[in-house]
Amino acid sequence: MISIQKDDFDPGFEQDQLSDNTGTGALVTFTGLVRDENLGDDVGGLYLEHYPGMTEKSLRDIIDEAAERWPLQAIRVIHRVGQLQPGDRIVFVGVASAHRKAAFEICEFVMDYLKTRAPFWKKETTPEGDRWVDARESDEEAAKRWGQTSL
Amino acid sequence: MIKVLFFASYREKLGIDRLELTEMPTNLSALRDLLCEKGQDWQEVVKDPRTLVALNQTMTRKNFEIKEGDEIAFFPPVTGG
Repeated sequence: MISIQKDDFDPGFEQDQLSDNTGTGALVTFTGLVRDENLGDDVGGLYLEHYPGMTEKSLRDIIDEAAERWPLQAIRVIHRVGQLQPGDRIVFVGVASAHRKAAFEICEFVMDYLKTRAPFWKKETTPEGDRWVDARESDEEAAKRWGQTSL
Repeated sequence: MIKVLFFASYREKLGIDRLELTEMPTNLSALRDLLCEKGQDWQEVVKDPRTLVALNQTMTRKNFEIKEGDEIAFFPPVTGG
């Protein structure tokens, strides 16, 4: 259900694994990629650090919260760590539910909380040197729209 | 003994990723005071209002009592995804 890994993943394969019954009416997936630009600077690469143990625990808590709010049938979360290049896949969230509305919402909810609660940190390589990426206020605002949570 | 962990920019700034303390502070507030005595960089990390704290791998915004075996982490706002 949750994987933290250095290796790449195959979104098509992961999506196919999500549905193993005919009660699933909607599969929503999100794949995040490394961009070659941030804050007006060229980005030549990205290093992902995480807090082993807490990362998995925080993602489990986010999924548990989602399962309490929506009729979730299956979910897959993959986040890569280590050195990545522009264009590389970095994160995958795939959701199976009976209907599309719940599937879309679960996928957004999980991404919003992953971005603000899961202990990952990005360090990007730019022509001016390496720098740690600052958290964005807009990500925190996006998480707040879901109202009160235990997260 | 307790473990105190630092991640990302804080790990680099302090030049250390973990401390093991045999003499345990009673609570988070006392631990913060103890870390601040280690110098300017430590004060900047501990007193930054954006600093996040996790007790045994769960984020918390409250003061808490420290028990034998606890793992306490200090880190900057997260930027995954």
